[in-house]
Amino acid sequence: MTEPATFLRIRDLRIGFGSGHEAVRGVDLSAERGETVALVGESGCGKSLTALALLGLLPPGASATGSAVLDGTELVGRDERALRRIRGARAGMVFQDPMSSLNPTTPVGAQIAEVLAIHTRMSRSARRRRAVELMESVGIPDAAARARQMPHQLSGGMRQRVMISIALAGRPDLLIADEPTTALDVTVQAQVLALLRERARDTVLLFITHDMGVVAEIADRVAVMYAGRIVETGPVRAVLDAPRHPYTAALLRSVPDPDRPVAGELPTIPGQVPAAGERIEGCPFRPRCARATDRCLTPPDLTPDETGGSVACWHPHELTEAAS
Amino acid sequence: MTAVLPRRRLAALPATPRYIAGRIGQALLALFGVVTIVFFALRLSGDPARLLVPEGATAADIARVRDRLGLNDSLWHQYTTFLGDAVHGNLGYSYVQNRPATDLLAERLPYTANLAVAALVLSLLFGVTVGTVTALKRGRWQERVLMPIVLAGQAMPAFWTGLLLVLVFSVGLRWLPSTGYDGPLSLLLPSVTLAALSAAAIARVTRGAMLEQLAQDYVRTARAKGAGTWRLVTRHLARNTAIPVLTVAALELANLLGGAVVTEVIFAWPGLGQLTVQSVAARDFPVVQAIVLLASAVYVVVNLATDLLYGVIDRRVAAGGGTA
Repeated sequence: MTEPATFLRIRDLRIGFGSGHEAVRGVDLSAERGETVALVGESGCGKSLTALALLGLLPPGASATGSAVLDGTELVGRDERALRRIRGARAGMVFQDPMSSLNPTTPVGAQIAEVLAIHTRMSRSARRRRAVELMESVGIPDAAARARQMPHQLSGGMRQRVMISIALAGRPDLLIADEPTTALDVTVQAQVLALLRERARDTVLLFITHDMGVVAEIADRVAVMYAGRIVETGPVRAVLDAPRHPYTAALLRSVPDPDRPVAGELPTIPGQVPAAGERIEGCPFRPRCARATDRCLTPPDLTPDETGGSVACWHPHELTEAAS
Repeated sequence: MTAVLPRRRLAALPATPRYIAGRIGQALLALFGVVTIVFFALRLSGDPARLLVPEGATAADIARVRDRLGLNDSLWHQYTTFLGDAVHGNLGYSYVQNRPATDLLAERLPYTANLAVAALVLSLLFGVTVGTVTALKRGRWQERVLMPIVLAGQAMPAFWTGLLLVLVFSVGLRWLPSTGYDGPLSLLLPSVTLAALSAAAIARVTRGAMLEQLAQDYVRTARAKGAGTWRLVTRHLARNTAIPVLTVAALELANLLGGAVVTEVIFAWPGLGQLTVQSVAARDFPVVQAIVLLASAVYVVVNLATDLLYGVIDRRVAAGGGTA
C-alpha cells in the first residue's frame, strides 16, 4: 500500500517581482484535509503573498514559480481560465477587512449567491435560499432579512461572517484566511475563530496571522516565516512550548503572557526585517540573531527533527532548552 | 447658468419631500436670477427696431416700431410686465415672426431633444466602453490606441469635426445627407459630431472611476470567487463607478438640450441652437429670453434628477451616509 498523497502540497514556491526582487524564496508546506496550518510572521515576510499565489491573485508585476498541488490539482502557473474554475470552488479566501472586502453597493445575500452563480447551475431562487442557509450556518441571526442588507448596515463581526459564507459557498477544499480577526473587536475575534475552527473541519485551513496568541487557539500546525522563507514548522504545541529557531523564540517572547508577567517593557526583537530587495548573505535572520556565528553565512536548510517539526538554523535551541 | 453640480458622494442627502421642495425652491430662485440678468443684458445689446425696419426707413418709422414693441416704455415697466406675463406662461411674441415665443420653442425643441439624446447615447456607449477598456488594459496596446482617439475627439472643435464628416460621408461617399432634417439618417452626422466632444469627457471620467474602483478590496474578493472580467465590470464596477459617470453625462445632456449652437448651424439643423443664433442676431428679445429660461430650467431639472438618482444607485447616500 502506498502512502496517501498529501492533500495540499506546496513545493519550492517562489514569488518574484519584475525588478528581480524575490519576496518568497522557496516555501515548502503540506497539509492534510481537516488540518489547520497557521502561517506566522511579521508584515512583509511573504505570508500574504504565499496565500494569494495559491489563488493566482498576486498583485500586478508579481509572478510565482514552483508548485502547489491541491488534491491533484496544480494551482501555480495556471492560466486565468483554469484559475477562475479553482477560485471560489476549490479554494476560498477570507480577507482581513470585511468592510472594504465586500461590495458596498450590493446586498450581502447577493454577494454570497454570486459564488453559486459562477460555479453551479442552481436557479436564482435556489441560490438565494442557499445564501440564507449559509448565513444561518455561520451564525447570522435573522438571516433572510440580513441577506437583503448592505455591508454598511451590518456590524464588523457580521460582515466577517458574511465573508466566511462567501468563502465557504463553493464548498472549497482549501480555505485561506488572511488575518481574518485583525480588524475585529476582541470579543468578536474569539467568535470568528471558533466559527472558522468549526467550519473548516473538511478543508485545509491556511490561517495567516502575525498574532502568536491566535495561533495557539486555532492551529494544528504552525509555520513561521521570515524574509520569504519558512524558518520553523511543527505541531503547534511543540513549537509554542519549545521553539527551536531563535526568531520563533523571539516572536514568542514579544507576546504578552499572563502566566509570565514581564517587568517593564515587553521584549522586542532588535534590528529590522530586511527591506524589500535587500540581500542578506546566509541566514536572513543572522543580523538580528544573538546566536549567529560565521557558520550562519551559509544559508541553513529546513531540517526535520525528532519532534515532527523542522527548523532552518545552524544553532537551534535544544529541545530540552526552555523558550525563555 | 448658475447651477453647480454637487460633488458630494456619500454626504447626507435624504430624498425626503422636504428636501425636494427645498431644491425646487432653490431652482426657482436660480431661474429668476438668470432671467433677470438676461433681460437687462439683452437691452444693453442694441435696438431691435433698427433691424426690423426696411432699408432707408426714417427715424419716425423706427420710433413707430419701437412703440409697437413696447420698447419706449420704462425699463422697469417692461421688466415687471415681462415677469407678470411669464408667471402666466406667456413669454411674449417674437419681434420677427410675430408668433408666441413658446410656440417657436415648442416647434424646435423636438429636433434638439432628438439630437441631444442621440448624441448622449452615442457618447455614453463610446465613452464608457473606452474608459472601461483603457482602465482594464492600463499600459497595454489597447490604451495606447484608444487614448489618442479620445483626445483627438475632444481637441477637434465641432465645426471641424462636422465639416470633416460631411466631406467624407456626404460629399465623398454620398451615404448620408449633409444638412437639414430628412429622416433618422440625417441625425447621424450631427449626433456623431456632438458625441465626439462629450464622449471624451465621459471616457476620462469612466477611466478614472474604474481605476479607483479596481484598486478596492472588494474587486479582489470578486476575483477570489472566480468572477471573470465581464462579471467584474457588469456586476461590481458598473454600479460603483456610476455616480461620477452619471454626473458628467447629466451635465452633457443639460448642455446638449440647451441647443448645440455650432453643430446645428453647420448641419442646418432646425433646433434650438439655430433659433438662438437667429434670435440673437435679430435682437428678438422675447425669443432669446424664452430660450435662456428653457435652458436653465433643463439644467436645474437634470441636476435635481441626478441628485435623486445617487440615492438609488448607492443606498448609503439615501440613508444619509456613514456606516452603520
